[in-house]
Amino acid sequence: MSIWVNKSTKLIVQGITGSQGLFHAKGCDEYGVKYSGSRVVGGVTPGKGGQTVENFPVFNTVEEAMRKTGANASMIFVPPPFAADSICEAADAGIPLIICITEGIPVADMIATKRFVKERGSRLIGPNCPGIITPDECKIGIMPGHIHLAGKIGVVSRSGTLTYEAVHQLTRLGIGQSTCVGIGGDPINGTNFIDVLEAFNNDPNTNGVIMIGEIGGTAEEEAAEYIKKHMKKPVVGFIGGASAPPGKRMGHAGAIISGGKGTAEEKFQALEAAGVKISRSPATLGVTMQQALKG
Amino acid sequence: MNIHEYQAKSVLKKFKVPVSEGVLVEQGGDTAALAVQAAEKLKKEVNPSVFVVKAQIHAGGRGKAGGVKVCKTMDDVKSAALAIMGKVLVTPQTGEHGKKVHKLWIEAGCDIKKEYYLGVVLDRSLSEVSMMVSTEGGMEIEEVAHKSPEKIFKVAINPGTGFQPFHGRKLALALGLPAESMKDAVNFFKGVYECFIQKDCSQVEINPMVLTPDNKLLALDAKLNFDDNALFRHPDLVEMRDILEENPQDVEASKYDLAYIALDGNIGCLVNGAGLAMATLDIIKLHGGTPANFLDVGGGATKEKVSQAFKIILKDPKVKAILVNIFGGIMKCDVIAEGVIAAAKELQLKVPLVVRLEGTNVDLGKKILSESGLKITPADDLEDAAKKIVAAAK
Repeated sequence: MSIWVNKSTKLIVQGITGSQGLFHAKGCDEYGVKYSGSRVVGGVTPGKGGQTVENFPVFNTVEEAMRKTGANASMIFVPPPFAADSICEAADAGIPLIICITEGIPVADMIATKRFVKERGSRLIGPNCPGIITPDECKIGIMPGHIHLAGKIGVVSRSGTLTYEAVHQLTRLGIGQSTCVGIGGDPINGTNFIDVLEAFNNDPNTNGVIMIGEIGGTAEEEAAEYIKKHMKKPVVGFIGGASAPPGKRMGHAGAIISGGKGTAEEKFQALEAAGVKISRSPATLGVTMQQALKG
Repeated sequence: MNIHEYQAKSVLKKFKVPVSEGVLVEQGGDTAALAVQAAEKLKKEVNPSVFVVKAQIHAGGRGKAGGVKVCKTMDDVKSAALAIMGKVLVTPQTGEHGKKVHKLWIEAGCDIKKEYYLGVVLDRSLSEVSMMVSTEGGMEIEEVAHKSPEKIFKVAINPGTGFQPFHGRKLALALGLPAESMKDAVNFFKGVYECFIQKDCSQVEINPMVLTPDNKLLALDAKLNFDDNALFRHPDLVEMRDILEENPQDVEASKYDLAYIALDGNIGCLVNGAGLAMATLDIIKLHGGTPANFLDVGGGATKEKVSQAFKIILKDPKVKAILVNIFGGIMKCDVIAEGVIAAAKELQLKVPLVVRLEGTNVDLGKKILSESGLKITPADDLEDAAKKIVAAAK
């Protein structure tokens, strides 16, 4: 068991004829082949319908791709100026799960897109995220599949490489993961911490969650409220950016301390008050989870 | 991206937001003569009771630092212009080294009955644009939020409806504006909102927005920040970029698509991924070290990018040691290792180098580093890397 993606996920890739899109379409499909899991069933590039790239059929529209392949998830690798359009097209076609990897989408585009996706009843993960993986079943995104181990710990994070760091620590300790979700580093994202925590809370095969936040916004504080009220499983937390200077955008569009709000300290405190086991160092996420599971 | 006050006012003017008239004076000419010329022009056109000479730098707090002077006579304008042009202003927002003034904005002053604050930002929890006002005009909004949060009034604007007059009426009533100013106020707020949306702003601040004795509203100061990701659709705004206002290392890094931020410490950092880069700074601090920079080489870093990153880090004379921390997901560790070696050789690296590699082809990467003959300290994991780099920098 897992959340949102598993062996029966059928993936299409929007922007499959681009170099990044094709590279990762192959990566995700190979992962599926290796574990007899989820496969990439095609891709979409407007104007290139009817062609095939590396044996993946290409369609002009998401609607057509869905109708002909039975796809139930889409991964987006479209350049930032056109990515919001691609997300909306996928939602309009009725794709239930949309994963947008693209970094650099204008905030204004996401304000409108987020509402549209919600109205159409789809789930959007990202943008500006590494994707989602259920080890040994389904990989959608740019994460290295080989560092994962199937198991019962959920991971949710605003950062890509820091997620890999956490996963790697868990795997080295022999602790497997149920599903790992990168919700992305942008100020507006389709899926937030609470959505993922709720899903893990309801997943009988997830026994604990590592949550990795960072400076900027109040998503971690809101997640802390949820954890306090509803979470039945141990949560281990880390916040990146304790040493970040105020007013500077730390790589991610959403990682900025503004007006003294959104500091790592505030977030650590909110999580701690909600009963989250805090790992002050990013190097001790795995061990902290190991201890949390024991006790 | 930030722009200057005079540019922000020109943008706001297009959205029918009332701003004070002014004339720009740039460094390089006869500052005194140009300033007087500017004031004479304003005298002829609007005949203000006073003139204001304002330093144009990308930082707030200019007034207290001596960057804004109210002048009654032409002689005052002349001496104020000479005093401010070329001066280095140190404000809470410039950092300790301050910012040099290259441009002056000579403005028609006005009589002020009352000052207010108006800000427009993205409310991230609601995913909506939020407008906020306060009767504490002229003060830093952060300070107001801290000391008297009840004095800040907010209205979130639904993107479906956009700005409606009732939003404006609510804001005007919260400020206690006189009834006869209500219509003006609604138009003022609408203009600022439209500017925010149409120009893809990330933040707008009108501080202060003033009420004149004849009950007219005016933007006395204006600060516009733009969403960098949306600049591709605003060539007019891109032209307003002032490179002189930016940190030269940041500018160099942005050329190579590297996210770089200079910090105060002595440990140079080269990391892939923003989250891991932040966490690397954090763990250095936890072990008693101080990072010299934040640098994210990105997910798809090439040999050339790694080499450029090294060059940028080494331009900082404070750097005593460099930590490379790469979790190669898509990036292959052997490619990174080659990039590190090429850069170390080309730049004749003299400071200690600690390298932590993880991910695809990690063994090959480590082998390449150890066989290079260079003095590179390998680290096994994040913790080990932090301990070794902090020791090396001491």
